[in-house]
Amino acid sequence: MRYVLLVCDDESVELSQEEVARLYAEYTACEDEMRSRGVLVGRERLRPTSASTSVRVRAGQLVIADGPFAETKEQIAGYFVVDCADLDEAIEMARLIPAAEHGTIEVRPVWEM
Amino acid sequence: MGDVAAARAAVADTFRAEWATVVAYLIRVVGDWDLAEECAQDAFTKAWERWPADGVPTSPTAWLKTTARNRAYDRLRRASVGQTKLKELTVTTPPPEIQEPDQSGVGDDRLRLMFTCCHPALPVEAQVALTLRTLAGLTTAEIARAFLVSEETMAKRLVRAKHKIQDAAIPYRVPPAHQLLERLTGVLAVIYGLFNEGYGASGGADLIRRSLCDEAIRLGRLLVELMPDEPEARGLLSVMLLHNARRAARLDSDGDLVTLEDQDRRLWDRTAIDEGCAVLDQAIRLRLPGPYQLLAAIAACHATAPSSEETDWIEISALYGRLEEINPSPVVALNRAVAVAMADGPSVGLSLIDEIERSGALRGYYLLPATRADLLRRLGRGSAARAAYQEALGLAPTDAERRYLTRRLTDVSEDP
Repeated sequence: MRYVLLVCDDESVELSQEEVARLYAEYTACEDEMRSRGVLVGRERLRPTSASTSVRVRAGQLVIADGPFAETKEQIAGYFVVDCADLDEAIEMARLIPAAEHGTIEVRPVWEM
Repeated sequence: MGDVAAARAAVADTFRAEWATVVAYLIRVVGDWDLAEECAQDAFTKAWERWPADGVPTSPTAWLKTTARNRAYDRLRRASVGQTKLKELTVTTPPPEIQEPDQSGVGDDRLRLMFTCCHPALPVEAQVALTLRTLAGLTTAEIARAFLVSEETMAKRLVRAKHKIQDAAIPYRVPPAHQLLERLTGVLAVIYGLFNEGYGASGGADLIRRSLCDEAIRLGRLLVELMPDEPEARGLLSVMLLHNARRAARLDSDGDLVTLEDQDRRLWDRTAIDEGCAVLDQAIRLRLPGPYQLLAAIAACHATAPSSEETDWIEISALYGRLEEINPSPVVALNRAVAVAMADGPSVGLSLIDEIERSGALRGYYLLPATRADLLRRLGRGSAARAAYQEALGLAPTDAERRYLTRRLTDVSEDP
């Protein structure tokens, strides 16, 4: 069963050079672990919401706006797609993600078509 | 006719004792919670019709399991010949005989059911409802009445939970060893929460709510039976038995709360107290202390004190101290302050209350000013006590608690 692990974090936190380097190493380790378990299907890191654009179509009119869909404290910073046996395994994968320590990982099952 | 009555009684007894076994087995075999419940129900209905004529089978549980399973297969076959559901079933569900054993080595279906119902990915109120429905066999209407919501709301809650189990693939198993302790905490909390829900209920109109105590104790017994080496399961059963033993003395004839101090100890159930203490002893012998064992030990101190004056407050405050170490919470801190006040005097207790107030953790919780008021009263500081009682009155959630505080308030006079 596939799950998307949405990585939600406060992007306003400024990180030092060393912190960025450490985080990079942590994410690499996390990915390696997911790979070695054979569950990693895909993952992407997203640019901050300052680079985000919202698109809506209302009454046939295209409405384009700067920024994300909703203003919240935590923004989606990236995602992993994992193929796991069940929710417990997906939760185990989610807890490996470094952002779980300060942000939130939302575990969403994929609607298989 | 006597045979008919005896057979029907056997059905009723089997329902109480084995409903969970039948449902838990069916969920494992067919993987569909609704279907499992419906077919279990059908099997018991069939027993009601057949046992009086055919006689009670040698193994009633096996009869019910087979009947329910055949019914489920039959319904799946009829509903979806050539459709995906049957295909899924044949692909994903190996025959029960060759099921993989659990990684943790625990094989009882009811234990699987317990851990799945209490999975932390489900909302707490759904965990409780699901436990009552599938493990205790209460109807949706009964659960709704117990939690003071409409039957429709409760039905929705149950459906949503079952859908989440299926859609998010919450596993149907006892967690493996490295997760077991964490998950067990959740199971214990659901059962204890259920017990407290019933224990907090007052008055004659609350019979259904109070029956939650009995259901919680039944589930506690089941958990001890299924996890005999788990001291906290025994600790939980013990604390529930010991509290429940005092139930008859907790309310006066008006349905008002009687404090432990003022309870008529002759109304306490000695058999239940003895059992609670025995279960606690078994837990302690397993040599792995935990919060429920400590709560049980505290309850045992109260339950075995010959009178309120002879309560071993030194032991109780030490037990609360240990509880606070392993399970720090402001409510535990408050209870410890009360015990310390009894052991070492009200002014020592009052300084602990000051600490809790400074932390701001229990702001708005009526028992904080109520406890302060009590200690001030015992120190003879009438005016300050009255002010604290007034504050508690403004925060008290129920009429019974307000009546109690009002009585206290009238007993205390202003400083001269």
